[in-house]
Order: sequence, then structure tokens, then C-alpha cells
Amino acid sequence: MSKTASSLTLTEEEQAMLAGDHGPAVAMCMRIIVGVAKANGAEKLIEIKSAHADGTLYHGEAGLDFTEKLVELGGKVKVKTTTNVGSLDLLHPGLVHGDATLMNHGRRLMDAHIALGCEPTWSCAPYQAGHRPEFGTDVAWAESNAIAFVNSVLGARSDRYGDFLDLSAAVTGRVPFGGLHHVEARKAVLVLDFSDVNPEIFSEDAAWAALGVLLGNRAGTRVAAMVGLPGDLNDGGVTEDRLKGMGATAASAGGVGLFHIVGVTPEAPTLAAIVAPNAETIIMTAADIRAARDELSTTSSDKLDAVCLGTPHFSVDEFRALSEQLGDGPKFADHIDFYISTGRDVMRQADDLGYLALFISAGGRVVTDTCTYVTPVLNKDVKNVMTNSGKWAWYAPGNLGIDTVLGSLRECVESARAGKVVRDESRWS
Amino acid sequence: MMKADGPNMAILHGKSSHPGSATGEVLLLTEPVSFWGGVDHLGNIIDVHHAQHKARMTDKILVMPSGRGSSSATAVLAELIRTGDGPKAIIMRQCDTILVIGALVSAEIYGISMPIVELDQAEYDQLRDGSQVEVVADCDSPAATVTLL
Repeated sequence: MSKTASSLTLTEEEQAMLAGDHGPAVAMCMRIIVGVAKANGAEKLIEIKSAHADGTLYHGEAGLDFTEKLVELGGKVKVKTTTNVGSLDLLHPGLVHGDATLMNHGRRLMDAHIALGCEPTWSCAPYQAGHRPEFGTDVAWAESNAIAFVNSVLGARSDRYGDFLDLSAAVTGRVPFGGLHHVEARKAVLVLDFSDVNPEIFSEDAAWAALGVLLGNRAGTRVAAMVGLPGDLNDGGVTEDRLKGMGATAASAGGVGLFHIVGVTPEAPTLAAIVAPNAETIIMTAADIRAARDELSTTSSDKLDAVCLGTPHFSVDEFRALSEQLGDGPKFADHIDFYISTGRDVMRQADDLGYLALFISAGGRVVTDTCTYVTPVLNKDVKNVMTNSGKWAWYAPGNLGIDTVLGSLRECVESARAGKVVRDESRWS
Repeated sequence: MMKADGPNMAILHGKSSHPGSATGEVLLLTEPVSFWGGVDHLGNIIDVHHAQHKARMTDKILVMPSGRGSSSATAVLAELIRTGDGPKAIIMRQCDTILVIGALVSAEIYGISMPIVELDQAEYDQLRDGSQVEVVADCDSPAATVTLL
């Protein structure tokens, strides 16, 4: 790699922004965007249509200082900007039991985002709360699952943005022209071929979480195409939710920002349409999927204390599927805490459709605006937790010091009722 | 591009990814570390899978091949720079944008400019764990130097 001089060219308007003509907040954000562009060797900046901000979760004073400084300097976002989860559940104040500093600073950080003109979405699935950029448009999205979804499932173009750069992009309406904004960088350099796997296994939710682990492990930060997988994005949300869960797991186990599923995702009608020259191909087996699935369970005990669903945030379609499982069946066992994390927008819809009442009457609790794997929601005595989320299973043992068992939605419900882990191993043996 | 510059002194030339200057002891990591989840608030490497687990980067010239992991590393690095528990400079073979953002923001809000330098392989290989170096990364030119002291 050559360490050559910066070749960045700015438009007149961008130079004016940098010079302070659009106010000090724009100038500060422009300095950050230009600094990144120079470090990456970008030749120009491009305009973005929208942003998703992930600096909403409190990691320390620096994030708060930065965001409040932007507010103090009169900063406002220039494009539609949704917010990722915060450190608090603003609608259910008793649920998160963090220390006073976390609660106070977490709240100030969320307030500062609103003061900048961000929309109070507080969800890691903004794409299921009305924020769906058009195919081919450039956006600046942060939070790894949201990045994977907006690129892969919607076909919009975002590089992998994170704290600070997301707001800087939103305030200036610009990002460096680099990474996944380039069409050539969106080609698959790796092909995972599932054609030899008996397709029955893909009717299991857990298989899609396992696919996420495989994709993350094999691809790392590379763009991969998967062939031989079933699905249809017009099937009423089933495939979309599976891709949401798979992408989130892949972005946790690896640095996946974009994947293609041939015949399913919008940039990949055929393999030829998105494969890079000299791409590597790996033939995948049912044994690979089983091994990946086993990585997401840290205990073989059938003891169960809690069930956590909704990482990424539960969709209306997932609430519908849950309601079908619940029906007029028995309540959850007394000692089981059953949580669903979701966005406030989806919660309202689930409420209108009667799904929420059904879940609550079964003994469940809904968490909004935040998520059970990043904030202290679970009771301190909870040791073993079941989930259908590969991302939750990936992070929770480290974040929360608990054991996880991965199961399907149906198995989670059956286990919560039985008060112990119940899994149907017939498809997996 | 290595040249002698006096007795026992050599200057390595690289690219400035973030301006600043610093002198200190090299902490050489044999693999990248993720600041989010891999480094605690005192600058200790807490990733148990990492080859330099338990090493402390505070006041060191942190040398590693590249960055790794979550984009929230920006906020963790900025926080370490704010509290003074971070490294004095970072040298990488392949620059990680995420860390550059953390440095840019620290310069903006705290006025602390931590240099980040990218070196080609041959130059990078000159660096030794525990040795003293001086890092100078320019602001306007993309040039940077690392002087082996």
C-alpha cells in the first residue's frame, strides 16, 4: 500500500462548510469527515440521503461531551436521522437498574440526540420502523446489524460507520467516498455454497443464527455471496426477519457489512451479477451448520431462568408469529422472566393488533428503547437464558456473565411454559 | 527508506493518519486489539484470547498490525485519551479508520492530539517491544516520522 499524499478534492460548498460559513457545528463535523477522508485516501466526499446514529448508548463521558458540544454549537442534522438504542427504557423507567451516573448520563446522551434533530426511534431495527432507504442510495448508518441490513437486504450503500462519524455525517450531509459506497467494493470475493445441504434444516430459526456464525467466521470483513439458500423477500416478513437475525449474528462473529444471497437479496438476482473475479468458493455442509449452532449455546443444562427475544428489535411479524405460538395455551412458568426487546413504534403496532396483550397476559415483559444484552435489565440471580437470537447468544455471556441456550421461537415458548429447556433435536441429529 | 541519523539513531518514514507528536516506550502487540470489549477504562488489555492479555497501554507508543472489532472503539479510545489512560501514540501497518475517528474527536473536544502513523511492512518491522521512539506526525503534510532513540 503506498503512503502517498492526500488527493482529496472538496466542492466550494464543502470548503465553505469547513471554513465555518455554515456555523461552528458544521465546521467541527466537517473537520472530522475530512480527517477520515484523508486518512483513507478518499478523493472526494459524497452526499447522503439519511443516517442512523449509534452514539446513543452511553460508553463514557467522551461520547456525551461530543454530542452536547454539537448541541451547544447549534448543530442540527441535515438529513433524516434515526436513533439506535439508548442506555434507558424511557417508556418503562423501572426496568433498567443501572447506577446513578449511567442513568443520568445515558438520559442526557439521548436528550442531546433529540436536540440535534434526530428522530426518537431508539431502535437497532430502524428499517422496521419506517426508515427504509431506496435501493442504490448512499446513506451513513452505524450499528453493525443495521449496516448489514441496509446494505444487504435493502441494497442502499453505507460503509461501516460508528460513534461520532455517524453524527458528523448527519450534520454535514456528507461522507468520504470510500468502502461500500463504491460499486466494485460490493462484489463478493467469497462464495459460500449450501447447495449440498438438505433444505429442511432452513425451516428452523436456529439454522439462520448458525448461518450468521458461519458467514461471520468465514468472511470476516469481506463481502460474501451465499448460494443454495431458500427465501423470498415478499413472503410477509419471514425471510426478512431471518436475514435480520443472520446479518446481526454475522456482524457480531465477523465484521460483515454486506452479504448477498443469490436469488433473494436485491443486488444478487444471479451469482454472475455480484461475484468478483477470482472469488474463493467454499462448499458448506450440514455438519458446519450444526457446529456453528452449537457455538451459540454455552451450557447443556436444562435449567432455565429467563428467555430473551428481540435482538435485533422484534418486528410486528415476529410478534404475530409469537402470538400464533401462544394462542390460548398455558402461561409461562412462575420462575421464568420472559423479555422481548423492541422499538416503541413496533410496540404500538403490536398493541393495536392485540399481540402485546396476549404476550403480557402469558407473563411476558416488553423492553423498549434499549436492549437486554447491553443494559442491566435481567435479575441478578439469572444464570441460564434461552434466546432465538444469534447476536444475543454471541454477546450476552461476555457482557452479562450468563449462560445461553439457542432455540427456535417455538422452543423458547415451550421452554418458558415448562420452566426448563425443551429443544427438539430431531432435525439436528 | 531507513537512514542513519547520528549514532544509534534511525528514522522511519510513514504516513500521518492523525497529527501529533510523542516520545515513549513501544508496546508491541503481535495481533490487533479491539478497544471495545478488549481494553478496560485503565488501558489494560482484558481480552483473554489476546497474546498480550494484561499488558497496559497507558503512556506507551502502541504498535499493532491493524485495528479490530466494534465501531464503538471510537468512543472507548476517546475516553481513554480524555482520562489520560490511553496510549501516547498509535503505529499501525494498516491504519484503522475507527481509531482515527477517536483521535480526531479527542483533538476537537479536549485539544489533545494523539498521533496515529501508518508504516510500510519493512519500516514497521524495525520496531522493537520496550524500545524508546519519538513519533512526529504532521498536520498539513501526510508525512510522519518515527525516530528510534
